[in-house]
Amino acid sequence: MTVSAQVTPGSVPPAAFEEQEAIAGRSLGQLAWMRLRRDKGAMTAMITLIVIIALAVFAPLITRMLHIDPLSFDDKAVSQDGGLPIGPFGGMSLAHPLGVEPGTGRDNLARLLYGARVSLFISFSATIITCTIGVLVGIVAGYRRGWVDGALGRFMDIVLAFPLLLVALSMAPVLTQRLQSMGLSGNGGRVLYLILVISIFGWPYLARIVRGQVLSIREREFVESAVSMGAGTSRILFREILPNLWAPILVYATIVMPSYIALEASLSFLGVGVLPPTPTWGAMLADSVRYFVVDPAFLFFPGALLFIVVFAFNSLGDAVRDALDPRTGRV
Amino acid sequence: MSEQEHATSTKARPAGSGAEPLLRVSHLQKHFPITTSGLLRRTIGSVKAVDGISLEVGRSETLGLVGESGCGKSTAGRTMLKLLEPTAGTIEFEGRDITRLNRAQMVPMRRRMQMIFQDPYSSLNPRHTVGSIIGAPYAIQGVNPPGGVKAAVQSLMERVGLNPEHYNRYPNEFSGGQRQRIGIARAIALHPKLIVCDEPVSALDVSIQAQVLNLLEDLQQEFEIAYLFIAHDLSVVRHISDRVAVMYLGHLAEVADADQIYLTPRHPYTLALLSAVPIPDPIKERKRKRILVQGDLPSPSNPPSGCVFRTRCWKAQDICAQQAPQLREMQPGHRVACHFPEEPKPVILSS
Ligand SMILES: Nc1ncnc2c1ncn2[C@@H]1O[C@H](COP(=O)(O)OP(=O)(O)OP(=O)(O)O)[C@@H](O)[C@H]1O
Ligand code: SF4
Ligand SMILES: [Mg+2]
Repeated sequence: MTVSAQVTPGSVPPAAFEEQEAIAGRSLGQLAWMRLRRDKGAMTAMITLIVIIALAVFAPLITRMLHIDPLSFDDKAVSQDGGLPIGPFGGMSLAHPLGVEPGTGRDNLARLLYGARVSLFISFSATIITCTIGVLVGIVAGYRRGWVDGALGRFMDIVLAFPLLLVALSMAPVLTQRLQSMGLSGNGGRVLYLILVISIFGWPYLARIVRGQVLSIREREFVESAVSMGAGTSRILFREILPNLWAPILVYATIVMPSYIALEASLSFLGVGVLPPTPTWGAMLADSVRYFVVDPAFLFFPGALLFIVVFAFNSLGDAVRDALDPRTGRV
Repeated sequence: MSEQEHATSTKARPAGSGAEPLLRVSHLQKHFPITTSGLLRRTIGSVKAVDGISLEVGRSETLGLVGESGCGKSTAGRTMLKLLEPTAGTIEFEGRDITRLNRAQMVPMRRRMQMIFQDPYSSLNPRHTVGSIIGAPYAIQGVNPPGGVKAAVQSLMERVGLNPEHYNRYPNEFSGGQRQRIGIARAIALHPKLIVCDEPVSALDVSIQAQVLNLLEDLQQEFEIAYLFIAHDLSVVRHISDRVAVMYLGHLAEVADADQIYLTPRHPYTLALLSAVPIPDPIKERKRKRILVQGDLPSPSNPPSGCVFRTRCWKAQDICAQQAPQLREMQPGHRVACHFPEEPKPVILSS
């Protein structure tokens, strides 16, 4: 903008308007989206993720079209002695495009697609819960300061002091039973347990990030301006401060999402995850390790898929961070 | 400059002495505690940002509040609007004591008192459109302007010299001067009677400052607003103020009509401040006497005893260290806090 766009009150020359018209009405979010769109790596990652999510969402449709099923056994696809898949690269055939599971002959593609549903559902839910709790606690701690901040800070320290994997493993029998007695039997309870465990240990990290941001945002004059107009605390927290936190929240979400997919896989691998026969990527990886020497393809597909999803999410997270804050960006 | 110019003030005079002032603060204090960091916080002292000031702002009047950086001007303005809790003293607004009103009780009062901020960048939420920024007072106060919020906001935009079609734009698309106009539109939306302007033009280009000051003056006439106009630039203050209060280290040094302050300053600190202002006339400028105050501004957490200015005052005597000078009326409307005030004669411009 130049000085000439400044106009004296009362008389607004049209020339000044024309100059202002040249700048399109774009919010900071729209500008970030434009930068993201120009980033080829980010776009590739995003399209990959959209495709994988779509495959998971439409898994029932796809499996029906391909006449495959994640649960039904296929004796003819595995050898009678030892149960190894018949055919090249883990039993690939027209009937089973990505081969079959050794021993049972269950279809790998169908199990991967259905496994994606469980894995993505758990990590998505845990990400949303983590972000919600983290933002709420962080925003309150940063805005209230004082003893509220101190108490919440100590509480976060305590939560973070627990070793996640050990707690998750040791609490699993008790808590899944508790959930079972509440009417959530079988896999419903298991899935809920995984979501809860992951979220409970995940939120303090975001809460700390948000708290730090809020400490600086609350000193900006637009917050005081809202107070001077008589705004209540909830308006200040959620209408004035929260919109300025989308950048760190979005970046954090894209970082934890893949780590939660991996964490779900680890927990399922360690046996506290979803019960068989329901497939998840973690459970498939756990099963495949035993066959690695004789049937490496069985490990390859879930491993590669997990790698692609985690890698795509991480690249997207980096790109989102750069797009939202161009100063840190690659030049 | 002559006595004549002194007598013919161009500004409208505030309501007569009999009328009740819009805002009256008495012995106002705001101390910020200094605490140790760590788990158990102990208070080990306090920053006496505002330490007992008394002043009045009449209806439709502009009171300039000047003083060097860190003397407590912003703290004083914010405390008067109860954006900070006063440590001691009283604040009366429209005859009502608002000192101890809590946040909820203050909400209806906030329609009548507003603030314009110094920083046109941090005072507008970057995630809100101009329309929602200027419309925020209506939303927060639950006011439904006739014709609807959008129409009201657009007419405000027009009034302050913004294109009403830019209703949906974000602050990042506007220049500093335009942003300050947005802040002004927001402040006048509910037709307040008092606006605290905290250095509203000091962040702007000099070429834009005059435009914004003119806008503020026009709005004052139109809506009968009183301004507490905080600034450290004395020429800006002189341009806009009816009366001027000079502040030093949390205390008022001198309060008087704008012309009196500039023509017959009586507090040594005012004198020093004025002598630092260049005069546009080059001949007079060469003859200008400059008074340099020695030393640094003392810390407001440990102010000098007696007169707070004594550590830098060339007239200081023993009594200045022992007894704090009260703000006394020397002439009608001219109050000075000094044991040895200057003679009431023009001193700055030697001829
Ligand atoms: N929230 C706070 N906590 C502690 N000290 C504060 C706080 N706000 C202001 N102060 C201190 O109070 C004193 C007065 O500050 P204030 O901002 O009111 O000065 P000012 O006259 O407005 O200065 P400037 O011209 O730089 O804006 C300063 O010493 C400052 O450090
Ligand atoms: S009271 Fe004394 S120290 Fe203070 S300004 Fe007057 S002469 Fe100077
Ligand atoms: Mg200030």
